[in-house]
Amino acid sequence: MAENKTVKFTIMRQDSENSDAYEEEFEIPYRPNMNVISALMEIRKNPVNAKGQATTPITWDMNCLEEVCGACSMVINGKPRQSCSALVDQLTQPIRLEPMRTFPVVRDLQVDRSRMFDSLKKVKAWIPIDGTYDLGPGPRMPEKKRQWAYELSKCMTCGVCLEACPNVNSKTNFMGPAVFNQVRLFNAHPTGEMNKAERLNAFMEDGGMQGCGNSQNCVQACPKGIPITTSIAAVNREATMQAFRNFFGSDHA
Amino acid sequence: MAGNREFVNRRLHSLLGVIPIGLFLVQHLVVNHFITGGPESFNKAAGFMGNLPFRIVLETVVIYLPILFHAIYGLYIAFTANSNVNRYGTYRNWMYILQRISGVITLIFIAWHVWQTRVAAAFGAEVSYDMMHDILSSPFMFVFYLVGVLSTIFHFANGLWSFLVSWGITVSPRSQVISTYVTIGVFVVLAFIAVQTLVAFVS
Repeated sequence: MAENKTVKFTIMRQDSENSDAYEEEFEIPYRPNMNVISALMEIRKNPVNAKGQATTPITWDMNCLEEVCGACSMVINGKPRQSCSALVDQLTQPIRLEPMRTFPVVRDLQVDRSRMFDSLKKVKAWIPIDGTYDLGPGPRMPEKKRQWAYELSKCMTCGVCLEACPNVNSKTNFMGPAVFNQVRLFNAHPTGEMNKAERLNAFMEDGGMQGCGNSQNCVQACPKGIPITTSIAAVNREATMQAFRNFFGSDHA
Repeated sequence: MAGNREFVNRRLHSLLGVIPIGLFLVQHLVVNHFITGGPESFNKAAGFMGNLPFRIVLETVVIYLPILFHAIYGLYIAFTANSNVNRYGTYRNWMYILQRISGVITLIFIAWHVWQTRVAAAFGAEVSYDMMHDILSSPFMFVFYLVGVLSTIFHFANGLWSFLVSWGITVSPRSQVISTYVTIGVFVVLAFIAVQTLVAFVS
């Protein structure tokens, strides 16, 4: 047994929203099957940096610990991904942890992903079923369609695709790749389809689908393997038709 | 429709790049290729194009206005990009940044090219074999034209690929792979025509 084996970390830290970022190094004892979160917890138990100086524990976000909630996303060795599924044994050391700077940094590795949820509200990424009386069962969804729609439903709004996208930055108000996928998902639903035009029109406004520059990083980065670029082109096609309907007028729902 | 001006501008930018600018580019390269048949043949073709009826209207509607819009809005698009090819070195991410770089190079080249030929013609110079032969005889200008023309053709071919995605014509991954190969073919064919033309002007 390698008793003295250690794991080295270089972590980008930031004490508050507006303070300057700085690097801090850590060296912690190795345990088999560690992931980045268990390592951060180890540092939290004894917040001492690699130079032996006492420091503050590191702040980060987490929740499910099984890559379905999206909360623990951070930039690990240069790539945005979930820290719960980032296994120490598979990473080159020193392991470099940085916050996803596409979002406002709250503290250390914790970011504020509110903009993504605001975008979902903007494009009406839900299915309106509330009424004053029982509307009864909605139309059935074909099984084949359900299968691909299920793949789209895996999105956990983790923010990795926004971090990977060269067009999501402070110079644009592009809502980001994830939104294409949600618009397509809810437009594919037989009941959601009844509000298709509303979602498309909202997503054609400023910051909408036109912000995509086709670098296709999103589909490479997505931890859930969602075919985002297919959703992008599919939504673009729907928007083409919708734009014609808006301009020329149509009785097509 | 309030608030969708950006959508309309971006789609117009995409459309204008293919129709009419892309079509004009192909036509321009094909007509210039007459030089391979000798100076006489080029002068005849250039004379035909230069003496088309309603020339100034055709130029304005088909060339000047679309290019002006495409160039100005394109600069805005290029400078709002935050390239990250060091993080994602994929083929498409490289094409993304090269599309923006080639766009800027193409704009500089076209501005110079229009000044040197069309603006000169408006002040009385004759667009002919002699004019292009003189320009391209300078090794510096030959390289400048070579880079400029190849950059323009790349920008057109790759832009054709993203046009197909932006308008939702190629949706599936397979269709996007096929259109990648088709647009590479467009680049190779047009680049061959262009290089042959440039070489013919100086030989």
